Amino acid sequence: MTALVEVDRLHKHFPIRGGVLQRVVNSVKAVTDVSFEIRSGEVVGLVGESGSGKTTVGRTILRLADATSGAVRFDGLDVMGLGPATLRQLRKRMQIIFQDPYASLNPREKVREVLTHPLKLHGIGTRADHQDRAVSLLEKVGMSPDHLDRYPHEFSGGQRQRIGIARALAVEPEFIVADEPVSALDVSIQAQVINLLGDLKTDLDLTMLFIAHDLGVVEHICDRVIVMYLGRIMEIAPADTLYSRPNHPYTQALLSAVPIPEPGKRKSRIVLKGDIPSPIDPPSGCVFRTRCQMATSECAKVVPPLRTIGPDHMSACIRTA
Amino acid sequence: MTATPGATTEKLLQVRDLQTSFDLTKTLSVQAVDGVSFDVHAGETLAIVGESGSGKSVTSLSIMGLLPKDNGRITGGSITLMGRDITHLPDAEMRDIRGRDIGMIFQEPMTSLNPVHTVGQQIAEMVVRHRAVRKSKARARAIEMLDLVGIPEPHRRVDAYPHEMSGGMRQRAMIAMALACEPRILIADEPTTALDVTIQAQMLELMQGLQDKLGMAMIFITHDLGVVAEIADRVVVMYAAQVIETADVGEIFGNPRMPYTAGLMNSIPRLGASRRQERLEVIPGTVPALTALPTGCRFHPRCSFAAEVCVRAAPTLEDGGDGHMIRCARWRELDLAMPQQEAS
Repeated sequence: MTALVEVDRLHKHFPIRGGVLQRVVNSVKAVTDVSFEIRSGEVVGLVGESGSGKTTVGRTILRLADATSGAVRFDGLDVMGLGPATLRQLRKRMQIIFQDPYASLNPREKVREVLTHPLKLHGIGTRADHQDRAVSLLEKVGMSPDHLDRYPHEFSGGQRQRIGIARALAVEPEFIVADEPVSALDVSIQAQVINLLGDLKTDLDLTMLFIAHDLGVVEHICDRVIVMYLGRIMEIAPADTLYSRPNHPYTQALLSAVPIPEPGKRKSRIVLKGDIPSPIDPPSGCVFRTRCQMATSECAKVVPPLRTIGPDHMSACIRTA
Repeated sequence: MTATPGATTEKLLQVRDLQTSFDLTKTLSVQAVDGVSFDVHAGETLAIVGESGSGKSVTSLSIMGLLPKDNGRITGGSITLMGRDITHLPDAEMRDIRGRDIGMIFQEPMTSLNPVHTVGQQIAEMVVRHRAVRKSKARARAIEMLDLVGIPEPHRRVDAYPHEMSGGMRQRAMIAMALACEPRILIADEPTTALDVTIQAQMLELMQGLQDKLGMAMIFITHDLGVVAEIADRVVVMYAAQVIETADVGEIFGNPRMPYTAGLMNSIPRLGASRRQERLEVIPGTVPALTALPTGCRFHPRCSFAAEVCVRAAPTLEDGGDGHMIRCARWRELDLAMPQQEAS
């Protein structure tokens, strides 16, 4: 498989301004030195807790946010360097599905408009085509054409998320960033949407970056998984490997923290002490060391590099990798 | 009723046939809780599980006397706390009960913490109100509680405002406040839902530790079945304002008998399951609106086992033995036993 998306030493720092002159006094280090690739036809999971930078990575790839430094290449094109016209061309090929189905649809647009809007914007097809396309999109996400003339508020959360997915599919993209697409949904609805995404991936041969904090969902749908903590990558591995043989102490703690829906099966759990440190002033060396049980004085000195430790498996820890 | 190991069978709280309704408009009201009954025994943890709109939170608000005054009210049934009927108690008396006999924690700590007072002042105020002790003693109690919930440097943190604390710390402060007067029952409404998993693990461990230490009972309201499996002794499953199944936690997970419960169990992607990348089992459709409930069994439009009887008649909650209650007309004939999970 060839790489469709390449992320190369990506940094994203948000400036904090202060004082009367509103000078930059500090910055939030949202993403630091992140490199990975997404191969054609693959679903890559990006997991981490709040503040890990996973959403920022997704938005930067789509250039919904500009990077501080580093490069993103999509099918060989330098996404950061594109002018407005070429960027628009590229947007046809990559789309996003948002977490909150209540906030991501315009309340004044009927479903018909939601779905035909992207087609008009990108000048795809004729007006008559648009109507047919809207119907087939709705059917693709398991909804009926009767829904075309309704407004978003008339739908449940699960249906709205389906509409959001249909909108992303309207321009027939090759690549989709799904940012926590099921976290806002009820349990019985989550499974419906997960299955839908799985089917669409197979039917349409989509490449996907699946951003989530629910490790069960990620394991279910992803081929490979990237674990982030405080703006940096801790571990990258094929899903099977990551869940059966996690290498990084943070991945191990994260997996052991997930409650298992089987009573009596309480595992020996690694309970991490304290909270995630502030991304304004992250710890020196390994960013995880302040909560790591295995940390030594050495961990404060050097930023551990992502080291290859097995087939397709990389980990950033000087103690375990 | 089977008792939890180590717990006495003293009934702390009895909820019987609770009916709570909400006025949506002047002429339209909905029954948000419809005939809910359960008991809470000393020292046990009861989990109330359900999706949004199932009535689980309204049940807890009814118990605490915190229904919105302008449009919510209990229209039937009874709530008995330690032998005393508290169903329609006046506000002043209910305030005495809250904090002293029933502690409460919520999903969002800022709903219980006041941003303009220090955490110490808020805990102390609670202690002074219910315990009639002097201020200095109440402050000492606040420090003791902050220490108990694992807040570092409690002597310094006691003078911190909520906004000066991190999310996890605030959650701990809220728990400290809820437990300051050693209530017999703690009602926790989605207390870990907004938290990251590593912080959630800290909280669950903290709450279980405190329960062992203080011997209180807990009502844990959640939609997360993983959390239920870890923390609950008994489980009440709600759907569309009704209890549809109740049993011991092992029984609910190992032998669910109402199709909705079984469907929920099957639809969650499990960590380490060998079913990776296969299709998940799905409950079709969506939760019905309380204003447009189906006839008969409220779950029948989504149920793969629905028969003619399910459309026609509303099933009652029937006793399946050993305290396992099931609301399903067909439970005797259905085999919903969970497929054996591979050991991981």
